Amino acid sequence: MISVQHVSKTFRSGGTVTTALQDVSLEVAEGEIFGVIGQSGAGKSTLIRAVNLLERPDSGTVTVDGDELTALAPAELRRARRKIGMVFQHFNLLAGRTVRGNVELGLEIIGVDGDQRRRRALEILDLVGLDDKAGAYPAELSGGQKQRVGIARALAGNPKVLLSDEATSALDPETTRSILDLVKKINTDLGLTVLLITHEMDVVKRICDSAALIEGGRIVEQGRIVSLISTAGSRLAHELFPLGDAPSLPGDTVIDITFSGGSADRPVIAQLARTYGLDVSILGAAIETIGGNQAGRTRLALPGSPAGNARPIEDLRSQGMLVEIVGE
Amino acid sequence: MLLDPSLPQFWSDLFQVLLIGTGQTLYMVGVSLLITVIVGLPLGILLVGTEPGGLFESPFGSRRAGRVINRVLDFIVNLGRSVPFIILMVALIPFTRLVVGTFIGPTAAIVPLAVVAIPFFARMVEIAIKEVDTGLIEAAESLGATRWQIVSKVLVPEALAPMILGLSTTVTSIINFSAMVGTVAGGGLGDVAVRYGYQRYSTIHMVAVIVVIFVIVMLLQGLATMLAKRFAHRSRPSRAEKTSPMLRAEVAPGA
Repeated sequence: MISVQHVSKTFRSGGTVTTALQDVSLEVAEGEIFGVIGQSGAGKSTLIRAVNLLERPDSGTVTVDGDELTALAPAELRRARRKIGMVFQHFNLLAGRTVRGNVELGLEIIGVDGDQRRRRALEILDLVGLDDKAGAYPAELSGGQKQRVGIARALAGNPKVLLSDEATSALDPETTRSILDLVKKINTDLGLTVLLITHEMDVVKRICDSAALIEGGRIVEQGRIVSLISTAGSRLAHELFPLGDAPSLPGDTVIDITFSGGSADRPVIAQLARTYGLDVSILGAAIETIGGNQAGRTRLALPGSPAGNARPIEDLRSQGMLVEIVGE
Repeated sequence: MLLDPSLPQFWSDLFQVLLIGTGQTLYMVGVSLLITVIVGLPLGILLVGTEPGGLFESPFGSRRAGRVINRVLDFIVNLGRSVPFIILMVALIPFTRLVVGTFIGPTAAIVPLAVVAIPFFARMVEIAIKEVDTGLIEAAESLGATRWQIVSKVLVPEALAPMILGLSTTVTSIINFSAMVGTVAGGGLGDVAVRYGYQRYSTIHMVAVIVVIFVIVMLLQGLATMLAKRFAHRSRPSRAEKTSPMLRAEVAPGA
């Protein structure tokens, strides 16, 4: 649905040149929620702005729903943007318009007539749970309500894609969850493809099907979360289940086991202890439900050297678990 | 000839003179204000828009054109604002004759009044539009808005409150200058004050003119403040709202 190919962007201000994006390629499949995670300054904001060409890339192509946006003339680009809704970190609502007026903005731009506009706005406000606030002004709303208006405005024109630029970063944890649940609901009910950028791993954990890690303007890693979890050395997987630095335990082998899918609910550790007579100690664990599946990572200490533990480790691997030796 | 307040027709004459003077002042101020808004508003928008990074930074696809237009407009506005009104008024006489055929009377006075008020108001518009959050422009662009739609649906409505306040400051100075015009071109309350109050020593005329002008300014000021409030819809953010992001930043990692 969204295809970003070899996009680069540099900013020049005065004498300094900042490279915001360097040969970035990204594929977002139809109907999925794709999260791009990175720290501030990593280029996420430029990346999401490049998708609807608020920021025109220096090179590379951006294709959304079959339209190669980077090749379109201004008028065609404006038409193509109607298929791409966007929500912002600071909501960007018009202070002089009511909630309904804000939602109608996009419809006015398209040229929908007054009566139809009003009906559509109320319908969408109902969907985001703000039907009772149609006549209120943004200044009278809480942060979470403002973001719901932002989402309603983005959805009013029936887009196929929703771009979310740190939509929850200005919200408290509880409101963040309710907004993420709303995004998930929209994704499921309307079949909308969502591309979001965030610096919070929780956002990726809670709603994303796929994720990409961006650092210094480059995509370091990307893929479906289910497969990232079972990829050895995946930094995203490590971030999803943080276990901290590996301890040094002389005489022991420290391993990280990553479970996903079926292996998550099997008594793996008990089996290991029984079958091999090992005194297994659990050093740490993180279990999460991701995309409806239990997944997690456990750090164990097995007595003896890695060579001496080759058989139990092999056994775990044969059960479909990812085993990484992190210390000895 | 001195005026005698004890004469029976003095007060009816005063009333008559004030009525005509007020009417002429309102006419001069009203029409020049209208012209000021019609010319000054687009001028102010262009001043902001043709800046680098602005909405019209490259008109006709040329960044150079944008820069040139911006410099020229900026120069004109600065020129208009820096020439003292009394000089401008006299210097404009040939132009005024060209436009209205004469340089005497209330209609002729409109020309210098508009010329002095346009750059003043354009700056006010520029300042008001610059205050509009660029995020709002992005939001409108993301919805597929044209530049004209961004101006008409976002920039102008969102800058309406400060623009109305700017307009009220502009009116006050137009009224001020209209009195000065009266002494040269004739007409309006300024003319009344000079001809009756100054040249014929009638303190009553002088006081009456001051009172009428004061009342007009007060009424307009009050109206502007009311309208600005009506269009602002901005409740001041409470302290709690302002500090919460910082608090959250401290709490979040552990939460």
